[in-house]
Amino acid sequence: MSLEIILFILFAAVAAASSVIMITRSDAVIAALFLILNFASLAGLYLLLNAQFIAVSQVIVYAGAIMVLFLFVIMLLRPEKEKILGNKPFIKIMAIVVAALVFIQIDYMIFFSKSNNITGQTAASVKAGTVESIGRELFTNYIIPFEAAGFLLLAATIGALVLAKKKFE
Amino acid sequence: MTMQIPIEFYLILSAFMFTVGVTGVLIRRNAIIVFMSIELMLNSANLTLVAFSSYLGNSIGQLFVFFVMTVAAAEAAVGLAIIISLFRNKLTLNLEEINILKW
Repeated sequence: MSLEIILFILFAAVAAASSVIMITRSDAVIAALFLILNFASLAGLYLLLNAQFIAVSQVIVYAGAIMVLFLFVIMLLRPEKEKILGNKPFIKIMAIVVAALVFIQIDYMIFFSKSNNITGQTAASVKAGTVESIGRELFTNYIIPFEAAGFLLLAATIGALVLAKKKFE
Repeated sequence: MTMQIPIEFYLILSAFMFTVGVTGVLIRRNAIIVFMSIELMLNSANLTLVAFSSYLGNSIGQLFVFFVMTVAAAEAAVGLAIIISLFRNKLTLNLEEINILKW
């Protein structure tokens, strides 16, 4: 086995396991920490896919900024622990069954679609993932979506301030 | 040189993470954990986009992931602000007790 396959198995196992652990913890802080682990292993998978820029921004934006925000809110509000199956266990077990059916359906589509003979070329994939090629696209062909994204962030900042502050008298 | 891992592996991992996110939204009643499950689903979609972008040698997919990250950051900021103001009004994060729009 090559190093690539070993690393894929490692990162994929950590990502899958931490996501399952995340939704089954009753304590929200522990769930958030496992979600950070999940994001970090996804960054490793992005590196295996030669997507350097996305891997770094995954660590900075998701595991850094967004999860710190989540942890702040969890520690600020201190939500009570909940029992996983709660007071309506039958409905929740049915929900898990439905989700498993969705998983089977997606796998069916992956294996029986006609586009399953994609073989990646390492050289082309390295070239696609560099900061240079992404930045070139971002600031030439996709400059209007980029500006719109900046405006969206401004609107979200103002909206978050307005929503979270106390009412005027 | 071709990539050693078939793209299906990435797609199956992504499908699994999406399913786990759906399950989290359906079975959890803590608003913050439901919100984190939504982030998990966004990330699994990102993994699919990056996998196809890398295997097809086209950087547009990764550009799209960049925009998804921007939207996710905006969504997290606004969503958490909504959760804070909800907690200030109802003093709970349990979604079964937050039912003023239900009838």
